[in-house]
Amino acid sequence: MYLSETISSGFFFLAPWLVFAPLTGLLINLIFSKPFKFSENMVGTVASLASGAAFVVSVLLAYSVSINHGEVVRWRLAEWIHIGTLNLDWTFRMDSLSTTMMLVVSGVGTLIHIYAIGYMHEDVRFKHDEGRFNRFFIFLNLFIAAMMILVSGDSYMMLFVGWEGVGLCSFLLIGFWYEMDTLGRPSWANSNAAKKAFIVNRVGDFGFLIAGFLMFWHLGSFQFDEVFKAAPAVAESAPWVIVAITLFMLIGVAGKSAQIPLYIWLPDAMAGPTPVSALIHAATMVTAGVYLVTRSASIYTLVPQAQYIVAMVGAVTALFAATIAVGQYDIKKVLAYSTISQLGFMVAAVGMGAYTAGMFHLITHAFFKALLFLSAGSVILGMERGHHHAAHAHAARDEKPKGKHALSKVEGKKEVKNHGHEEHGDEVFDPGDMRNMGGLRKTMPVTFWLYMIGTLALAGIAPFAGFWSKDEILLDANLHFTSIYWILSAAAFLTAFYMGRQIWMVFFGRPRHEAAAHAEESPKVMTVPLMVLAALSVLGGALNLPFEGFHNLGHWLGYTLGEVESLPLDLKVAGISTVLALAAIFISWLIYGRNPLKAGQPDPLKKPLGFIFTGMENKWFVDEAYFAVIINPFKKTSQFLADVIDWRFWHDFVHDTVILGTYNWLSEVALNQYADQKGIDAFANWLGAATQSVSAALRKVQNGFVRSYALSVMLGVVLILGYLIFK
Amino acid sequence: MIPVDYYIILSAVLFTIGALGVLIRRNPLIIFMSIELMLNAGNLAFVAFGRSYEIAGGEPFYTGQIFVFFVIAVAAAEVAVGLALIVEIFKTKKNINIDEMNSLKG
Repeated sequence: MYLSETISSGFFFLAPWLVFAPLTGLLINLIFSKPFKFSENMVGTVASLASGAAFVVSVLLAYSVSINHGEVVRWRLAEWIHIGTLNLDWTFRMDSLSTTMMLVVSGVGTLIHIYAIGYMHEDVRFKHDEGRFNRFFIFLNLFIAAMMILVSGDSYMMLFVGWEGVGLCSFLLIGFWYEMDTLGRPSWANSNAAKKAFIVNRVGDFGFLIAGFLMFWHLGSFQFDEVFKAAPAVAESAPWVIVAITLFMLIGVAGKSAQIPLYIWLPDAMAGPTPVSALIHAATMVTAGVYLVTRSASIYTLVPQAQYIVAMVGAVTALFAATIAVGQYDIKKVLAYSTISQLGFMVAAVGMGAYTAGMFHLITHAFFKALLFLSAGSVILGMERGHHHAAHAHAARDEKPKGKHALSKVEGKKEVKNHGHEEHGDEVFDPGDMRNMGGLRKTMPVTFWLYMIGTLALAGIAPFAGFWSKDEILLDANLHFTSIYWILSAAAFLTAFYMGRQIWMVFFGRPRHEAAAHAEESPKVMTVPLMVLAALSVLGGALNLPFEGFHNLGHWLGYTLGEVESLPLDLKVAGISTVLALAAIFISWLIYGRNPLKAGQPDPLKKPLGFIFTGMENKWFVDEAYFAVIINPFKKTSQFLADVIDWRFWHDFVHDTVILGTYNWLSEVALNQYADQKGIDAFANWLGAATQSVSAALRKVQNGFVRSYALSVMLGVVLILGYLIFK
Repeated sequence: MIPVDYYIILSAVLFTIGALGVLIRRNPLIIFMSIELMLNAGNLAFVAFGRSYEIAGGEPFYTGQIFVFFVIAVAAAEVAVGLALIVEIFKTKKNINIDEMNSLKG
């Protein structure tokens, strides 16, 4: 335990509970839920309490850090690896940066746990597998535990342990409905999406590991303090090392935080249940990359050229993803590309050195993006409810003509239950398709207002939280990196545009499908956490207002990152961004709001933009390009290696023909025929034949004639006597 | 005195005649007679040598003569057995030509 002697107060000893509280919740649900027959509410409550406990611990730790004026406290739990000069321990690091992340993760996470109780209750019924409810919360707690390991780690390797853990949980949760696709049909789609996420993440992990190896080789350690202390000297003597480390870490960031070129997994990840999309792919896991760069701030500041690359990657991703979001029809896909775009903002910010701005945007984005995703989940469930109600109404209508033989209540109910998915489900219904929605503000008012708050926050309209954080990034860009400023402003414009488009398409106009007409509002267990998030989205800006005396977050993070310049509000930049956002919303109203879409009508932007819109609709064919350039050649190569090289060459030719044939030839021909048969057998047979012929010859002596025997005796006697006489 | 050589020569000649008789004659009775002749030739040799020792040594020496008794006894026994065999062979084969006795050929 490394506790500074001066620290006598504080709750630092609670640090391991960050990880062990969710793990306890996980284990309770895993072991006891089936035998003790926990109800769904029980399972959800246990999981939410576990996550809530982690939040309480985070609050206490943040409080402890603050009363110690931001001094870093490291608390070792266990030794891990000690080989030669490599010393890795499981140590918790509590400073202002890590406690900030802990608070965001556990806070938003707990709200999403509570929401998920209501959401999964309905989702498992829509997918006809009620037994899978517990699994969800087990995985969700596992995720919180892994993410806590990530943000509380004291060395790059502990961070990596958590990094991998959240990647695993992402895989498990995206592929939660592994045997179907998003519409419930049996398919490989969901498990392919989970695989894609895991594999693309792995590419990022490869970059992270290379950076880690370089770090250990040249800087001698993985532990944060030691690395930061050794870096400047190496930057002087061999700057390429630091550049390499930072750029390989950028690959890891691109994988985890969905930047170009490794963002492709995130839109597919929408196959997972909506709470997963909210928690993992909006609020927490994807921000791990931003956290990594912020943590490594002192290394990045040593290599401005690498910083510029990071910022550019972030900015280009922001704009690129925003263009794709404009052409998407699925409500969650729009939000997914929006997340990629906003992550681009964050990465650009930390690339430019505006770490406070990046972290600020991370926090506010967690609030309003979780709010948006969860509200979208509410919309999707509302559509599903509406679909079922419409189907039941159809069934009731269809049954009426049968009149005479009135079905008994039980029979009638059974018929109603089974029918919906055979008769009226011939056209496969996509509850998330915005072209089926419309007019939902009348049937789902609470969700509507929550969604509006989230949209305004995301679009960057003052005084919502998104405005303050995005504005700070734009300000920094304007001052130091003009090209990035233009790119990010364009992205901000498109952000407001596609969110406006979404609002008009989903909530205004007339319903374009009977499901939308019959949609129902969500229960309180879902809407109350959303209200909390909405409040945070409204008030979150107070974390770091650009006015003197209100730079709270900057001051707080300054304990860890060193004093950062706090920029005052620049009315010009703020004004331009607000004008852009309002203009974008106005233009979206002109296109989508004034003449609401009718059912079956193509997108109004299709004709004017032509092939550009087709590109946006099809995500600029990036996935197709990856398949053509990387995956299909890889598959062909591996098939070639397997079929031709391995089977036809190694197995059939080398093994069967050459080796086996030679062996067979040796044993059959060489040894059997020549050596054995013609050689040894022949000799043995000759011996036998010779003996036979000799014996045949000798046999003739036994001719049965007594006289010849007598003669032999006589001759023998004569010979012996002759020998004896003439010796 | 008659030199002992003459007796030995006589013995040898008798032995040879007997051996030839065994080899050449077909009738087993004649063969037996020839065998007797050989045996007696041997007897003669025994007695002749025994007497020559007695003459040379001066003291009486009876070993040779005693041996003759054994030989005569053996010859008699052998003839008894042999004649019994011939009788048996005649009973089965009705023929005692030894050229016909070749059942033991290999």
